[in-house]
Amino acid sequence: MRVFTAAIAMASGLIVLLGYFYPLPALTQLRIMLTDWAIIIAAMAVLVGIANLVFVHMDKIRKREKNSMYGALLVLSLIATFGLGLVFGPENQIVQLAVDAVIVPVEASLMAILAVTLVYASIRLFRRRTDVMTVIFLVVAVSFLFAVMPKPIDPVINDQISQPILWLASIFSRGGARGLLIGIALGTLLTGIRVLFGIDRPYGGN
Amino acid sequence: MLAIGLVLFTALLLLAITFLRRKSPAVLRRIDAFERLNRVVGLAVENGTRLHISLGRGNLFTSRGASALAGLAMLRRLAERTSLSDRPPIVTSGDASLSILSQDTLQAGYHAAGADDQYRISTGRLTGLTPFSYAAGTIPVTRDEMVSANVVIGDFGSESALLVEAADREDTHLIAASDNLSAQSILYASAQDPLIGEELFASGAYMGAGISHEASLQVQDVLRWLVIVAIVGGALLKLVGFNF
Repeated sequence: MRVFTAAIAMASGLIVLLGYFYPLPALTQLRIMLTDWAIIIAAMAVLVGIANLVFVHMDKIRKREKNSMYGALLVLSLIATFGLGLVFGPENQIVQLAVDAVIVPVEASLMAILAVTLVYASIRLFRRRTDVMTVIFLVVAVSFLFAVMPKPIDPVINDQISQPILWLASIFSRGGARGLLIGIALGTLLTGIRVLFGIDRPYGGN
Repeated sequence: MLAIGLVLFTALLLLAITFLRRKSPAVLRRIDAFERLNRVVGLAVENGTRLHISLGRGNLFTSRGASALAGLAMLRRLAERTSLSDRPPIVTSGDASLSILSQDTLQAGYHAAGADDQYRISTGRLTGLTPFSYAAGTIPVTRDEMVSANVVIGDFGSESALLVEAADREDTHLIAASDNLSAQSILYASAQDPLIGEELFASGAYMGAGISHEASLQVQDVLRWLVIVAIVGGALLKLVGFNF
């Protein structure tokens, strides 16, 4: 069974890859068909994932674990929005309200907390690591913030102060970012090849 | 043509180095994060606490999926090594397919360690499908599930700061890596042991996932030198007036 799953995965991967490199009609059709199947399976995976989430929270409620009331709230909200979505459709005003009045404000609040968290983390950085790289990191971050912040001075003078900082920071940051991205791209390539040739098999219990 | 040539060259190089490396183990440079991870895994098993592995939101249909696959390779090793623990590790992810693969990987890890009975379906969880809902669903795991160490590895964005903050607040160990540049800068500023750049993809080799992972690192080094030669060579050619 394990050999069978590996053979299917490798064959599918190779067909899709070849379909990208050689856009022959037969290969392209096969690639599109396999991709469509994958999208359908991924959609089903969302349902399985949500069922797993409900199962985990129901288990917490049953065992009366710490903070299980939040789990109950989650399950009830899920059933309510899922039911409303099924009955009225996702475009319905009430269903849209659940997104606009609950999910969007909550995510916006988390974004606001994130800003505070990042400032706090930068302050704590010196306590955690005191080396040259930490100093460079903080000097660059503060200089960059200084360059982009609105200042109560003449715009021409502001430009004369800000532009050299931004120019210098952009040269080093672009160079550094490209170096990191090249490293990540190479890592991605090797990981893909290991999976494609069945060396790594994160599926089928292998 | 260049792309397929690169894929074939890389694949052949990987196979050749894997074959040559069979008898001589690779010598890997010291990375503090992996040293600490090895320590905290042992501690978690000894003191009966949990590991929490957060695999991020790497969609397998995109190039971000590679970081998720690297996370799964690490998860497999961690599952094997913690199979003796009273409390199995909890894995959270922000992508449904990844969540199913994490359950499968946990099960395979326990099976390989001869501890099939340790596997619980509830230990591989989908905690949210958007960045912040994922963070909001993951934070309670760090807080409520007797977690002593968090391994945050995969595709994350700025929401990783919230996960790091939660780990810090609970005074738990944290090893963090992401393929996303903004997350890397956040992790550098906020995490104790961040893994920067391609170090994320070295996790398999450092966790003893096999010769192929060690060979991958060597192939990456070879390719990196080729890229450096191409960049410097191209710049020099441009400098002497050769246009291409």
